[in-house]
Amino acid sequence: MFNAVKLGLRLTSALAVVAALAMPATGKELVINSDSSFPAIKAAFEQAIAGFEAENPDINVTFNVFDNEAYKSAIRNFLSADAPDIATWFAGNRMLPYVDAKLFAPIDDVWAANNMSDTLKSAESSVTFYDKKWAIPYTYYQWGVYYRKDIFAKLGIAVPTNWEEFKQAGETLKANNIVPMAIGTKFPWTAAGVFDYLNLRTNGYDFHMALTRGEIPWTDARVRKTMAHWQELLDANFFLENHAANSWQEALPPLVNGKAGMYLMGNFIVEPLREAGLTDETLGFFQFPVIDPAIPTAEDAPANTIHLAAKATNVEEAKKFLAYFARADVQSAMNEKMSQLPVNSKSTVANDPFLQAGFKMLSNTDGGLAQFFDRDAPAEMAKAGMEGFQEFMVKPDRLDAILDRLETVRQRVYK
Amino acid sequence: MLSASRVWKENKLRIAPWLFLAPGIAMFSLYILLPVFQSISISLFDWDGLGEKKFIGLANYAELLHDDAFFTSLKNNVAWLVLYLLAIPAGLFVALFLNQTTRGIRIYKSMFFFPLVISQVVVGLIFSWFYDPHFGLLNTILGGVGLPTIAVLADERFVTYGVIVAGLWPQIAYCMILYLTGLNAVNSEQIEAARLDNAHGWRMLWFIILPQLKPATFIAIVVTVIGALRSFDLISVMTGGGPWGASRVLAYYMYEQAFSEYGFRMGYGAAIAVVLFAIMLVYISAFLFKMYREEKGR
Repeated sequence: MFNAVKLGLRLTSALAVVAALAMPATGKELVINSDSSFPAIKAAFEQAIAGFEAENPDINVTFNVFDNEAYKSAIRNFLSADAPDIATWFAGNRMLPYVDAKLFAPIDDVWAANNMSDTLKSAESSVTFYDKKWAIPYTYYQWGVYYRKDIFAKLGIAVPTNWEEFKQAGETLKANNIVPMAIGTKFPWTAAGVFDYLNLRTNGYDFHMALTRGEIPWTDARVRKTMAHWQELLDANFFLENHAANSWQEALPPLVNGKAGMYLMGNFIVEPLREAGLTDETLGFFQFPVIDPAIPTAEDAPANTIHLAAKATNVEEAKKFLAYFARADVQSAMNEKMSQLPVNSKSTVANDPFLQAGFKMLSNTDGGLAQFFDRDAPAEMAKAGMEGFQEFMVKPDRLDAILDRLETVRQRVYK
Repeated sequence: MLSASRVWKENKLRIAPWLFLAPGIAMFSLYILLPVFQSISISLFDWDGLGEKKFIGLANYAELLHDDAFFTSLKNNVAWLVLYLLAIPAGLFVALFLNQTTRGIRIYKSMFFFPLVISQVVVGLIFSWFYDPHFGLLNTILGGVGLPTIAVLADERFVTYGVIVAGLWPQIAYCMILYLTGLNAVNSEQIEAARLDNAHGWRMLWFIILPQLKPATFIAIVVTVIGALRSFDLISVMTGGGPWGASRVLAYYMYEQAFSEYGFRMGYGAAIAVVLFAIMLVYISAFLFKMYREEKGR
């Protein structure tokens, strides 16, 4: 396995060399490695890079696109062996290993010179570690419940705003032979989405953050309270059967053909659902309902970032690019293309009902914005957690064993 | 003064074999032996692959002893090893069945051979669809005869067996090919003689055919055991080790701990690899010992 990874690395660096040789050697260079292999995201990057080259004709940008899964292991190799100037990554604790290994460089000067603490304020805390700034957040998206508007209207279900209404909506759907929520947990991060929301609504943002930072035992009574709410949904057969056999995409057809009513997911679910034939008349979005009214609502809103590599060779050009990427007009254009939300508060949000709804929801969020379970918790904890949640959804009676296991992992990971 | 050519002339017979062996020894040391010792040394450290290595002695191995996921993987490895061996008798019987001269027999042979030609990833995908609880053929059949549906790949009780069955499909084809070639070499005079002595059916197979197929059986066992121990691709494609780790084997668990998106515990991954290596070593030593004894006997 090691050999395969190394070979892959050699191949990619060989390709990079070939690409570099093909470039006419005029003036300055800038190398960007990115995981933007999805067409819309790649197009948005290419457009932004073209704009940057037009403004800085003396800088030649080399843009390397990796498959977005392969990127997650490739970044470890190229940051230490064959560093680009700029690399894409994620906000939150997910970047911490690279910060700690001194593979990302701090960019406080770029933040200060461009007044970013003002323009990028909403994501500032998720890129700040050890009182330094480590990234430029350029996009984020909301999580929430996507539902069949037409089915809700036909059955006379109002959009649920609290826990009782939510459960009642599920009962009405079930009475009409419709599964309340579609979900596919073959890749178990989707179950972590459910946990995030139940925990944010039950115990609030600060508790959720403390838990993912490892400051609270998994056997804590408050965690059990969250799991008890989850248990209520499981007891009520809220979720699609056999969800552990399907990926999140494979769980989309039940929603499309009206066998399921709701889907808790990030905004990237809209594109495949539209392709499958749902329209703005049949598909709607609502904020995950309130469970405890005393707790201010908090949301999952993962942000993506670009970083200055510590071993970058073209630091000046890279910093120019970082500043460019934070600009309101650049973020507006990019995010319109990607169907996501710009981080810069002066940017405009694309004219799309789901983006607008998400933007409105997140602008009114008092509780705080979480980055998603696997970005807030360190990798090992996230892995154990997601597996535990998946197991709990199928075997709820094993709750004690699962929480004990997570507690063991916590004690090892955060020591 | 000893000239180089004189040394060469006097020791030609002693030096020449080593010269011929040198490239092989160099490659083997660089790509096999060195990594083995590297893995053993890494398994004594706490290392995320990026930062400082911290020496922790045998702590990784101590942790393995309390790791349920490790024992699940070990148990699944045993299941793979035992059930995978079914490919050998199955392959033998398919080979016996196909070892006849009928019109179009080549077409049948190539159809049985087909699963070995396609990639393991494709085999995994085909079986994932076959098992799918919503549209899969298996559950369509079960539903058709009034049985409850089973989500094979989402049920911790069945998932490993489901993946092994998928793995058996190409492995049976492999053993079949080995036996088909072996059957070509079976001495027809011995069969004639056995016929005269009134041997047929099972007795013919057991006492006349099988002994002559011994080399093929030997190779079939070797490739099947190795195939079972290094099973990885099907698990990765079909289940990703899930549900909740119920279908992991040691090789997959090692990969997850050391290289996957949420892993990067190089030391712990290396410790798992060392355990897997130790298991293989038992088998490989037995194999080498047998080879050595046979060569010596000649």
